[in-house]
Amino acid sequence: MQILVNTPPPKVAQKRAPGRRKAFGRALTGLASLIFLLAVVIQILHAIGTITTGFANWRPILVVYLLWAIAFGAGQVLMRGERGQRALFLLPAVFFTVAVVIFPTFFGLYIAALDWNLSSIEGPRFSGFDNLRSMLTDTYYWNALGNMVFYAAAVLGEYAIAFALALLLSAEIRGRKFFRVVFLLPMMLSPVAVSWMIGKSLLEYRFGPAATLARYLGWDNPAFFASSWMARLTIQAMDAWVSIPFIMIILLAGLQAMPKEVQEAAKVDGANGWQSFWHVTFPIMLPVSVTVLIIRIIFKLKLADIVINVTAGGPGGATDTVSSFIYRVYRDRSNVGYGTALAMVYLALIIVLLTLMLRLSRRWTQRVA
Amino acid sequence: MTLLIASDSVRRRLVAPRVRRTFGRAAVYAALLLWTFICLFPIYWTVTTSFKSAVDVTQAHLIPWLDFQPDWKGWRSLGLSPDTLFGTSTARSEFVNRFVNSIITSVGASTLALIFGSLAAYGLSRFRYKFAWMRNDDILFFFMSQLILPPVVLALPFLVLYKALALLDTSFGLILLYTLTVLPIVIWIMRDQFNSIPIELDEAAFVDGLSTWGAFLRIILPLAFPGMAAAFILSLVLCWNEYFFAALLTSTDAKTLPVMVASQTGSQGINWWSMAALSTAAIAPLVLIGIFLERYIVSGLTTGAGK
Repeated sequence: MQILVNTPPPKVAQKRAPGRRKAFGRALTGLASLIFLLAVVIQILHAIGTITTGFANWRPILVVYLLWAIAFGAGQVLMRGERGQRALFLLPAVFFTVAVVIFPTFFGLYIAALDWNLSSIEGPRFSGFDNLRSMLTDTYYWNALGNMVFYAAAVLGEYAIAFALALLLSAEIRGRKFFRVVFLLPMMLSPVAVSWMIGKSLLEYRFGPAATLARYLGWDNPAFFASSWMARLTIQAMDAWVSIPFIMIILLAGLQAMPKEVQEAAKVDGANGWQSFWHVTFPIMLPVSVTVLIIRIIFKLKLADIVINVTAGGPGGATDTVSSFIYRVYRDRSNVGYGTALAMVYLALIIVLLTLMLRLSRRWTQRVA
Repeated sequence: MTLLIASDSVRRRLVAPRVRRTFGRAAVYAALLLWTFICLFPIYWTVTTSFKSAVDVTQAHLIPWLDFQPDWKGWRSLGLSPDTLFGTSTARSEFVNRFVNSIITSVGASTLALIFGSLAAYGLSRFRYKFAWMRNDDILFFFMSQLILPPVVLALPFLVLYKALALLDTSFGLILLYTLTVLPIVIWIMRDQFNSIPIELDEAAFVDGLSTWGAFLRIILPLAFPGMAAAFILSLVLCWNEYFFAALLTSTDAKTLPVMVASQTGSQGINWWSMAALSTAAIAPLVLIGIFLERYIVSGLTTGAGK
C-alpha cells in the first residue's frame, strides 16, 4: 500500500545540548510529571470518596495533561537540542491521539464486560463474558454482519462506475471542468440531507419523481423499501451516489499522472481501446486502485447515517449495518454494556480483515509492479 | 467471389473508423450527460421543492414558472423568506444557532487537525524517529490505524468520558472528536505533499542559517499550500456532514445541522417544502465550496495518488 512506502529521511549532524540546560530540562519534565500524577491521584481519591478536597469534575485533569505535554515538549528541546526540536513535530499529534483514543478504547473494553442498562435502576454490574455469550445467539447482529459483507462487496461496483467516469473525464472532451465539478458535487453533500432528498422524497412511493418514472417504465408497484433485496440495493445505491466521486477523483489523479508514452506505444502496437485499457491502463492503475479500494472499504464499514435516517434497519433488519444496529441498541434499548461488546467484536473483526487485506494487497501490487 | 469479399472488407475498413469515432464520441457525451443528470437532479429537485406548495408536490410539477408558480413557502417556515427575514422567528433563530454550531465545530476541528497533521507529516517525511520499537513506518501506521475505528466503538466511552469532563453538549468536545477522525486523512495528504517537495530546499535553508523550525515555517509550509487547502476542505466536508457523534453527544446547546435535519425527517410527507428548504440550506455551503474550490481538492489529492 502506497501510504506505507517510506522515503529514507536525511541525516543531519546532531548538536549536543550543554549540561546545565540538560539538567534543567530533566527537572522540568520530572516536576511536570509529578504534578500531573499528583493531580490524577487526588482526583481519583476524591472520586471514590476517600478525601473531600478535589475538583467538581475531571476537566482540570485535561488542563493539567495539556500543561504536562507542553512541559514535556520543552524538556525534550532542552535535553536533546536539535533532536528534541525534531521530536516536537511529532509530539502534538501523538499526545492528542493517545489522549483521545487509547484511554477510550480501553475504557470501552471495560464497559463491554459490564451488564449495564441505562434504563434499569441497578446500575453497572460486572458480568464477564455474558455479553459475548448472548451475542452468539443474537440473529440480528449476525444478520447485520452478513449485510456488511454485501455492502463491502458492493464497493467493487462503485469502483467500476468510478473508473468508467474517470476514463470519461480523462478522454478528450469539451467542458471537462464543468463535468468535473458536477461529478464531484455529491461528495460534498451530507448523508443525512441525502437521506431526505433521495430516500424520503425522490423515492417516495406516492409522488416521488423516481416512483413516477418507475411506474411510467412499467413497474406497477415501485416500492423501493418493501422487499429486503430491493431495500438493500436502494440503500447501497444512495451510498454509492455519495461516495463514487471520491473514488473517481483519486483514479482520475492516477490516470493523469500516467505517462502518455505508454498509451501511445500501445496504439502503435495496434491495440484497440479495450485491449489498451485491459493490458496497459488497468495494470498501471492497480496500486492506486488497491489503495482507494481499501480506503473506501474502511469507510463503508462505518456506514450508518443513511440507514438510520431512511429505513432504521428495516424491513426486518434487511438493510441494517453493524453501526446502525448498535446505534439502536444504545438508543432504543439503552443496553450500554451489550452494545459496546458488539462494537468491540466488530472492531476485532475489522482489524483481522484489514490486516489480511493489507498483506494480500502488498504481495499483489508488488508482483505486478 | 474472393475478390468481392476482399473489396468489401477494404471498403469497410475505410468507412468504419469515421463512423465508429462519431458513434464513440456520441456515446461518451451521452454517458457524461446521463451522469450529470444523476448528479444534479436530486439537488435540483430539493431546491425547487422548497418553493412548491402541497399541490405542486403531489402532482410532481418540476419546472418553475412553467409548471408551477414558485412561492417562498418552505423558506417562510424557516423564517428566511424576504417577508419574514426581518421579523422575529423562533424557527430561524434555531436554524441560525445550529448553522453557527456547525461552522464552529467543523472549522475548529479542521484547523486543529491541519496543525497537528502538518507538523506530524513533515516530521515523518523528513526525519527518522525511533520510539521504543516503533520507527517511522510504525508511527505512520499508528496514525493511519485510527481511520479504521468505527464510530460505534468510541461512542459510548466518549459519552461516559465527556460526562466526567463536563464536555457533553459542548462544541469543544465535538471538535476534539472530529479532529481525531480527520487527523489520519490530513497526515496522509500532507505527508505525500511534503514528500513531493525536494529536500534540497530544506538543506538550502539550513545553509542560509535557518533552524529546523525556521526552514519548515518560512520555506516549506508556503510551498505546501495546495496540499493544506485540499486537506482542510476534505476535513471540512467530513466534519460538516458528521451525524453519528453529534446525535449522541449533543442535546441542546451544541447541536449541529445534520442532527437538526435528521430530527425533522421523522415527520415525513407533511412538510415537504420546509424539509426541502432546510436540506437546501444545509448543503448550500458545501455545494458552493465544491463549485469554487474544486481545483484545490483535485490538485491536492493528485499529489497524493499520482506518486
